[in-house]
Amino acid sequence: MTLEKDGFLSPEELTRLPGIPSAERLEQGPVAVIECAQEIPCNPCEEACPAGAIQVGEPITNLPVLESDKCTGCGLCIPVCPGLAIFVVDMTYSDREATVQLPYEFLPLPQKGELVTALDREGKAICPARVVNVRNPKKFDHTAVIAIAVPKDKAMNVRNIALIRRQ
Amino acid sequence: MRIKEHPILGKLEKEPTVEIEVDGEVIRAIPGEPIAAALLAAGKNVFRYTRKLHEPRSVFCAIGRCTDCMMIVDGVPNVRTCVTPVRAGMKIQTQHGLGEFKERTQ
Amino acid sequence: MRETELAIVGAGPAGLSAAIEAASAGVRVTLVDENQRPGGQLFKQIHKFFGSKEHYASVRGFDIGTKLLSEVEKQGVEVMLDSVVWGIFGTHVLGIIHDQKNTYLRAQKVLLATGAIENALAFPGWTLPGVMGAGAIQTLINIDRVLPGKKAIMIGSGNVGLIVSYQLLQAGAQVIAVVEAAPKIGGYGVHASKLRRNGVPILTSTTVKEAKGKEKVEKAVLVALDQNWNQIPGTESEYEVDMICLAVGLSPLSELAWMAGCQFEYIPELGGHVPIHDLNMQTTVPGIYVAGDLAGIEEASTAMEEGKLAGIAIAEALGYLSPEEAKIKKEAVSRRLDSFRKGPFGKAVRKAKARLQRRGEVQ
Repeated sequence: MTLEKDGFLSPEELTRLPGIPSAERLEQGPVAVIECAQEIPCNPCEEACPAGAIQVGEPITNLPVLESDKCTGCGLCIPVCPGLAIFVVDMTYSDREATVQLPYEFLPLPQKGELVTALDREGKAICPARVVNVRNPKKFDHTAVIAIAVPKDKAMNVRNIALIRRQ
Repeated sequence: MRIKEHPILGKLEKEPTVEIEVDGEVIRAIPGEPIAAALLAAGKNVFRYTRKLHEPRSVFCAIGRCTDCMMIVDGVPNVRTCVTPVRAGMKIQTQHGLGEFKERTQ
Repeated sequence: MRETELAIVGAGPAGLSAAIEAASAGVRVTLVDENQRPGGQLFKQIHKFFGSKEHYASVRGFDIGTKLLSEVEKQGVEVMLDSVVWGIFGTHVLGIIHDQKNTYLRAQKVLLATGAIENALAFPGWTLPGVMGAGAIQTLINIDRVLPGKKAIMIGSGNVGLIVSYQLLQAGAQVIAVVEAAPKIGGYGVHASKLRRNGVPILTSTTVKEAKGKEKVEKAVLVALDQNWNQIPGTESEYEVDMICLAVGLSPLSELAWMAGCQFEYIPELGGHVPIHDLNMQTTVPGIYVAGDLAGIEEASTAMEEGKLAGIAIAEALGYLSPEEAKIKKEAVSRRLDSFRKGPFGKAVRKAKARLQRRGEVQ
């Protein structure tokens, strides 16, 4: 398993996960992408989802199952995941771009409109990205959720950002 | 280096208002912090030298067990700086080798 | 001599949880800790915990700590800080040093919740300033808010190594690599992924060969390992670092349990020599209980549950809870513990604990 050797999920490992929405569902609008691949005791995502779109059940080591037709892409699951393993992708953002919402726990926080570098699961720079939203309310408990716009074909690979400005 | 801003812990509110002396040099420490933290924040890397080979030592376990961080504090040697809080006017010295305990006068 | 009903040694998550359970049932509890600050290793856990709601999932460790402390205060538990329990005698007397003065405390029941210490990894240069435990650096950055260097290498890819590496990034340091001797990553995939997407390499089948530097660490030399854990000559690589963090496991701090005459079993999966205990967390010495990392290296979440179990069992033994009341409470805790120990990561601990507790029942 790539995860155990390299520390990140390969595209092949990802497609097998019950938390990943289908290509068809992705085309319909914002939806959660739950990159949770190991049986660890954990279920706050199930608790947090207001639409009941995430199923873990018993035992709590079950991998979360995404019921993607119930998912509205609200992103409330993103900050509660202790593994920071949940993202929301919206392929319908515009003709050419999709947005990726990701959890971010570093300083400085980027600002809306800022240009950043989008990174893949290996931390490699993939493309420039534009920050379209930054949510950091108290109830997210210091896990900010950053929404960035990227070319559509990159949306299922971009999972982090690097700020360009120097402190 | 002091971490003044932190994404989870927020802004460091406490100011280093306590003055302590380290090998003759005055540095400022945050009230109540372990001596070791104040020294590391001030960029002091070596806390003591070993007896036989004069090798430099500093914090290792930070839990008061390994004795790597010992220094002479107000004349008393073998003080574990990782679990001893600073006090205003404390005099701290790099310890060379084993400590020397002076006779205590009542 | 001072007297109390339950003396708890160690005010970490296990000790605090036990104090709350016992005190809320009416037990007179004295909580003793050698540190200036209570909470054990809980307050430096700035990440969100796993588990389910009843395990405080998605709550940061230090927030759980604050809840526990306020509950302990509410229950009127007597807390002695800066107090070292240097000995345990008879049935049961603790020798305690506080402010350079010695006192004795007689207790009807004793709970040892003294936690664990990080293991050391010796290699040439390991004594240089800048080489320290991963937990040590976690205390410095998260409690003392001091970063003692700029570039770190983390040795060990278990959850401690992975989590502390991420926290080093949050503190503003650079983590050059996480180094793992085994051929695969030891901790959770999600922790590894957080590091990888921040560009931190995780080098498996690799170890640290040497730390170089004069007055402090200046370079780390890494080397590849073969399938038999032998260094492969010619595969050395050098990195400029000023921190080498060792995350190579924990061992229970068991001196008081040895001194009290508790029987031990050597269980590698639980961190080494562990006091044999039954399902009530009682050791082979009647009246002496253990909980938390001392009872087997696990996590803060399980330490809290074991502490509760011990607190309930002790309250029952002292007559403050009826067997029926205690049974219901214990079952709830056992259920939460089982739930947390499920899955492949919990398997080794589950089996080891079961073996240990079978030995404890037989005594």
